[in-house]
Amino acid sequence: MKHRTFFWFFLPTALAMLLFIAMPIVSVVTQSLFTPHEAVLITSENCGPFGCKTETTIDQEATEALRAEKPLGRFAGLSIYLDRGHLAIAEVSDAWTNRESFGGFVSALGNLPFYRAIGFTLTYTFTVTPLLIILGLMIALAVNSLHRHLKGLMIFFSLLPMIVNPLVGSLILFWMIDARGIIGSALQWMAGDPDLSLKASTPMMWIAIIVYGVWHSAPFAFVVFYAGLQTLPKDQLESAQIDGATRWQQVLYVVVPHLMPLVTFVALIQLMDNFRVFEPIVGFNAAAHATSLSWIIFNDLGGETRQLSAASATSVLTILGVAILLSPVLVRTWRDFKGKT
Amino acid sequence: MASKAQRMPRSLRTATNLFVLTWLILAAFPFLWTLWGSFKIEADFFSIANWTDALTGDKTQAIHGSRFTDAGYQGAWVQEEFWRAAINTLIVCFFVVCTSLTIGTLGGYALSRSSYRYTFWLLITALIFRAMPPITLVSGYLLPFFEWNLWGILPTTIIVLVAINQPFTLWMLHSFFQNIPKELDESAKVDGCTQFQAFRRVIIPVMWPGVITTGLFSFLLAYNDFAVTTMLLAKENQTMVPKIASFLGTTQTEGNVMFAVAAVVSATVPLFILVMFFQRQIVSGLTAGAVKG
Repeated sequence: MKHRTFFWFFLPTALAMLLFIAMPIVSVVTQSLFTPHEAVLITSENCGPFGCKTETTIDQEATEALRAEKPLGRFAGLSIYLDRGHLAIAEVSDAWTNRESFGGFVSALGNLPFYRAIGFTLTYTFTVTPLLIILGLMIALAVNSLHRHLKGLMIFFSLLPMIVNPLVGSLILFWMIDARGIIGSALQWMAGDPDLSLKASTPMMWIAIIVYGVWHSAPFAFVVFYAGLQTLPKDQLESAQIDGATRWQQVLYVVVPHLMPLVTFVALIQLMDNFRVFEPIVGFNAAAHATSLSWIIFNDLGGETRQLSAASATSVLTILGVAILLSPVLVRTWRDFKGKT
Repeated sequence: MASKAQRMPRSLRTATNLFVLTWLILAAFPFLWTLWGSFKIEADFFSIANWTDALTGDKTQAIHGSRFTDAGYQGAWVQEEFWRAAINTLIVCFFVVCTSLTIGTLGGYALSRSSYRYTFWLLITALIFRAMPPITLVSGYLLPFFEWNLWGILPTTIIVLVAINQPFTLWMLHSFFQNIPKELDESAKVDGCTQFQAFRRVIIPVMWPGVITTGLFSFLLAYNDFAVTTMLLAKENQTMVPKIASFLGTTQTEGNVMFAVAAVVSATVPLFILVMFFQRQIVSGLTAGAVKG
């Protein structure tokens, strides 16, 4: 295809991505270096019968005018990144010098919003991803051994948790684990504690969100692995059998190696997707126990005071996190490309 | 597995079946339970006294004279005007799917037919964009949109969703187009077609399966989006998912929880139907990227 033809074919989509993905990234980075204007203050001296006082008032008009003129705010350099809401350099070094033990340092970090969020985000990402792969593989193996007619039915129902919006899905589970909901009551009955409430305890809430995450994403792994199983070479299985491999050994040494590229694929996709965990925290109303990077951005942007600068700084840090997770994918794609040409 | 040697021993067979059944219940039961419960009142669905109330609906009968009530749906759709959100969702989804398929097929086709090196870099850029969490972009949109008075209206959101959707659409359509033999449009060109004519007369008629699958995923993205629609739409233009989230803020008064339950069920039903009709396409779409790579 000629360069010219290619250009015209590709122009609309390139424009869309340039204007609404590339430009916003530039805009986010710029915004994160600026901070809102401070209110313009007027100092006036009032002299009355009891002597003179200086009074400081906010000049509303001038403040408005300044904000309208330069909506970005004033340049702040990297200071937003280093403040208490983000990397909190001062607080961290303070906690490090005053630490009594390493555990004490970690729990001091846990009081800083950014580190609290990153703690949960990473825990979530690195527990949910392996769990969903294992569960997905088990479901795929089990469903593959079913009768043909049952398979379609299983796939149908398995797709549901994945396809609903995470907010809707987490709400559905949240209502069930509510102390008055069915799972909540069942847990109370099993624990023999009528006051047991998942919402009250941080570890329970974390577990609930992680369980939700696995429930939501396991179907994806299942479908991909199930498709992989359809291309499993029968002769390899048979020869393994003739060599006396037990069923477990066949799975371990024939099936799993065959699916390995797919496992890598699912793992990489899911690492990226789980890193942006956010809707379940809203759905489970769990912000008091668990926050994630995306949730912090959402929280800063919402509400009456839209803290654009703070949200932008967190966004940039999140993008950096995604970039780190993405690098293995990029290396792999590059290697594939090299191999092809 | 057909061969006799592969047949499972009975104990393993039972264990497998039990496992499948457990997963089936885990996957399906929450939806059925919520569907059933959405026709009750809050005192039944969230029963303090006895969990079987949610099944039998005793309190619902005491109040409404029947074991089922549509009070939740009434409240959500009529009183809280959920229908408005449903119409907005319909508009957003329709335009997002149409626009992103139109520009996506053009781009994906070009990517699959050009053998220059820059196609690789374009695809890599798209992959990086695909990995970007949409919420991180939102803080970049807000200021310009406020400045230019574009905030809060549906067209802005539609364009933003189309753009966020593009990287994925491009990748998917690119791989579908690669499976359509190049000889097809080359022979058309030999017969005197320009590249665009070849695309229009030869490729479009055979590309529908891929386009339908990609369209389904575009639809799902637009339908399920929460971060972008919450942040970019004014209250009166909200789509369904942000609307449901806004019910949660005001759940304290009795009955409002049931509005949210009814709204959640209403938002899930279309997806249920979608999966029923397009299961094959969804599965093939999910695996398209995987089996290739």
